[in-house]
Amino acid sequence: MDSYDAPQSTPRQSASSRPENCFIGATPLQKRLESVRKQTPFVPTPPRRKIPQCSQLQEDVDPQKVAFLLHKQWTLYSLTPLYKFSYTHLKEYSRLLSAFIVAEKQKGLAVEVGEDFNIKVIFSTLLGMKGTQKDSEAFLVQILSKSQLPSENREGKVLWTGWFCCIFGDSLLETVSEDFTCLPLFLANGAESNTAIIGTWFEKTFDCNFSPLAINAFNLSWMAAMWTACKMDRYMAATEFLWSVPCSPQSLDISYAIHPEDAKALWDSVHKTPGEVTQEEVDLFMDCLYSHFHRHFKIHLSATRLVRVSTSVASAHTDGRIKILCHKYLIGVLAYLTELAIFQIE
Amino acid sequence: MLPQKRVKNSQAQNNTSQGSNSRQTKLSAWREKQDQSDSKSISKHGQKSPVEDYEHADDQAEDTLQIAVGYFEKGPIKTSQNKGKTLEKHLKTVEDVAWKNGLAPEEIDILLNVALSGKFGNAINTRLLKCMIPATLILEDSVVKAVSWLCVGKCSGSIKVLFYRWLVAMFDFIDHKEQINLLYGFFFASLQDDALCPYVCHFLYLLTKKENVKPFRVRKLLDLQAKMGMQPHLQALLSLYKFFVPALISVSLPVRKKIYFKNSENLWKMALIAVRQRNQGPSPEPLKLMLGPANVRSLKRKCSSHSLIPVLNSNSYTEQCGKKEISLSDCLSNTGSFPLEQLQSFPQLLQNIHRLEVPSQMGSVLNNSLLLHYINCVRDESILLRLYYWLSQTLQEECVWSKVNNYDRGKEFANFLDTIIRAESFLQEGFYSCEAFLYKSIPLWDGFSCRSQFLQLVSWIPFSSFSEVKPLLLDHLAQLFFTSTIYFKCSVLHSLKELLQNWLLWLSMDIHKPMMNSPLETTLGGSMNSLSKLIDYVGWLSTIAMRLEGNSIFLLHFILDFYEKVCDIYINYDLPLVVLFPPGVFYPALLSLDTTVLNQLCYIMHRYRKNLSAAKKNELQQKAKPQFSFSSKTYEEFNHYLIAMVGCLWTSKPFEKGICIDPQILEKAGVAEYKSSLNLVHHPSLLSYAVSFLLQESPEEGTLNVSSIRGKKWNWYLDYLFSEGLQGLQLFIRSNIHRSSIPLIREHIPQQY
Repeated sequence: MDSYDAPQSTPRQSASSRPENCFIGATPLQKRLESVRKQTPFVPTPPRRKIPQCSQLQEDVDPQKVAFLLHKQWTLYSLTPLYKFSYTHLKEYSRLLSAFIVAEKQKGLAVEVGEDFNIKVIFSTLLGMKGTQKDSEAFLVQILSKSQLPSENREGKVLWTGWFCCIFGDSLLETVSEDFTCLPLFLANGAESNTAIIGTWFEKTFDCNFSPLAINAFNLSWMAAMWTACKMDRYMAATEFLWSVPCSPQSLDISYAIHPEDAKALWDSVHKTPGEVTQEEVDLFMDCLYSHFHRHFKIHLSATRLVRVSTSVASAHTDGRIKILCHKYLIGVLAYLTELAIFQIE
Repeated sequence: MLPQKRVKNSQAQNNTSQGSNSRQTKLSAWREKQDQSDSKSISKHGQKSPVEDYEHADDQAEDTLQIAVGYFEKGPIKTSQNKGKTLEKHLKTVEDVAWKNGLAPEEIDILLNVALSGKFGNAINTRLLKCMIPATLILEDSVVKAVSWLCVGKCSGSIKVLFYRWLVAMFDFIDHKEQINLLYGFFFASLQDDALCPYVCHFLYLLTKKENVKPFRVRKLLDLQAKMGMQPHLQALLSLYKFFVPALISVSLPVRKKIYFKNSENLWKMALIAVRQRNQGPSPEPLKLMLGPANVRSLKRKCSSHSLIPVLNSNSYTEQCGKKEISLSDCLSNTGSFPLEQLQSFPQLLQNIHRLEVPSQMGSVLNNSLLLHYINCVRDESILLRLYYWLSQTLQEECVWSKVNNYDRGKEFANFLDTIIRAESFLQEGFYSCEAFLYKSIPLWDGFSCRSQFLQLVSWIPFSSFSEVKPLLLDHLAQLFFTSTIYFKCSVLHSLKELLQNWLLWLSMDIHKPMMNSPLETTLGGSMNSLSKLIDYVGWLSTIAMRLEGNSIFLLHFILDFYEKVCDIYINYDLPLVVLFPPGVFYPALLSLDTTVLNQLCYIMHRYRKNLSAAKKNELQQKAKPQFSFSSKTYEEFNHYLIAMVGCLWTSKPFEKGICIDPQILEKAGVAEYKSSLNLVHHPSLLSYAVSFLLQESPEEGTLNVSSIRGKKWNWYLDYLFSEGLQGLQLFIRSNIHRSSIPLIREHIPQQY
């Protein structure tokens, strides 16, 4: 198989010399495999993370588009790298995708690509929505309904929106070749049936795979801590936690709301390393909340399941739904979600 | 050869007038027949066989057929008085021959012309068309000529329908299709005829090539669809068009739609089977036909299947995108890529491997062994990465035990895993996605769902450092191992045996070629270290399992199976490694009540000995560069076991060397006379053999004294044991003990190193 012509008598020597040059010849797949083995499966998170900061690149993003992304409930998916995706073909993609959607909706009927339908698909890039320059450009897909009446607004109503992004996705980028575009985080808003159709099109066209991204309680507490740590000029909402107690006939939900400034004060009291959040701090922060609750209600919250966290920065549900509220920390929130998505892909 | 002869005959008919010609052709045919039977009679020494008689009758039928064909070609004779009768007679002849043996290409050529030219009435034409059954194949030219008649307007609608049905049915038997394909536009135009439309659709479905798909045709089809509604035949053609040029058209088919066309072949069902059988005969020409487009249809039908694994599709979309930019050179060089859907056989794969279109969704290769071959040798990283990502995420998402609400899909997931395992064993190589999946999901695994699949996946973990695999997988597996039933333990040991075997194969292949594509930067020493750690680990598991299961013989069989692999590593895989079993395995096996266990132990010891001697020999030869010398500890260990074994079984001096038991303890236990109680005669697993042996020797003796087996009898007894199928024991004794022909020597000393 190898054209490489090494003397047959010395394979053992060549084997022993391999460690030095293994990085030169390492292909993306090999790097990937090494990273797979090195991962400890149950602790996806490094013991410390940076507190979200306002990103420089984010300044370039069209404020109108950012506003469009905020205050909306997004369902999260992880997405494997897109094969042979090209930013120069976005127009073409919208043509094909709209024909695909129409064909799917009226199963059995063939439709001509490029025909005038009553829906419109728009692909557009979200310039600047990235953590580093190396991150792939984020892009947005919108489905609009075209109104039949010419008198009404020609643009029509937005039926479905989805966007693809990658914020600080270096670990994934390192392991793929240039045929791939890494946008591991996909966020969708709109009917699930539409998400399914559009997902299918992407999967067929770019040989990728969507998978719902759930957020477990462990990661939710990290979010709670990191978002509480964010400096805010003005708090818009209370810091709220929702725990679920599995009991019959109906599960019991415990909601726990704190004034955001109290939460911040609590955080400041447990926080030591400036600019960073550590695992101990997260545990301590949550333990304080638990013990406070226990003092008043004699309920051990640690024995229940954390299902939702909402702060002034963002709110997240364990089912994999997120709503981002604060413009300033958009990138920071997305960076953590990207990390979770990459962990799920690998 | 035969068809050529017929050509001559029909030409002769053409040249001469009807009346006298019949006799002439008969005569010439007779002459040729004569030649044939002459040659035959030589070969058969003049004996007249019944076969020849039969052939003779056949021949006569052929002659009348020639006349009949001639008759039809000439056209109806208006003056003839008994016109109806003659016609009927000839038609009958043609039908008989056609249904029995099929018609030669030339005969079809003539008769097809007749049927479509409208010389005879509609009823006759119908009957003629129906019996256009080829003996082997149909000339393309005949079809083209026939099609030209369709334009003249001489045949009725029903004949046209029948003709298209015939074309569809006989499509595979037409020798070439290039000329016919040139008439694509004509066929396409016929779609407008409502009655013809379904049949023409079917025919076009068979005929269409990528270059036939044009925007204007797509538009026309969509118009037709708008006019006639959702017709299955139109859908079929549209989806084929989409398949070739996805950028032009979008179509999605209702799930579970499988049949697009009414079966046009019904009329000729039996005949088609007969023709295919004829064609599969030894003649080379029809064989080529069978490899042709005959099988294409079934693949295309897969469009609507529903499964986790994506359906195989060519990567036509990205193709399209690229085409816009660099189409000219492509067109000029004419190096079209080879569509996957046409890939049917291994030779095809070899011929087109350089220009094969890869599937649009890489996951689809799992179901296709040819493509598995392909990805096995392809060097394109992106192909492997695409498969890796798809498989990783699908496994994770579908995994039944990691999500509470997934359990009802257990069967589907098990099937999916089965497919993966089939692919892995086909490739003799594990997928890295599966490895990652195992690591991620084993902490959540209950040890029950998809057990057999899970454990099979374990055995396909690609070779890697044991110290990495252990905490990720084996430690979790051990927890389940210790707390589960004996059957689970046996399955785990079995899959670890398979894992060892796969690693051994991988390493033995890898060592003999440059380490270019080894995924891990391991030295040979590192690899051997990993292997020996794995074996030690299984030894540890086995020792504890033996204790937990009360030295179960059933379990011991699985453990010894593992060591049967282990003991032969040096010789079978050419790897410098010999690892012995732990005492916790050896002694229970030696003292087992089961003969097969003892026999297997003997066999394993015999193989250990062979491997160690081979290693020793090599070491002595290559004194200059001793790469891997076994520590003397291995030899010591082996000798220790060997002495214990020989002491028990042969010299009746157990527990002196090897394992030592204080005689006082034995005395206390009431076994004062223990020395010979573990030898070949008294060993609990062999005692029944000794008794049978004595009964066989002297059946009349009232009391049996097994201790009487000594001296000469001892040797006979050994032969008896060997004849009872204890081959392991035989090999062990042959290689370890010098049996001298002189009886009474029981103090043989085992060879030591």
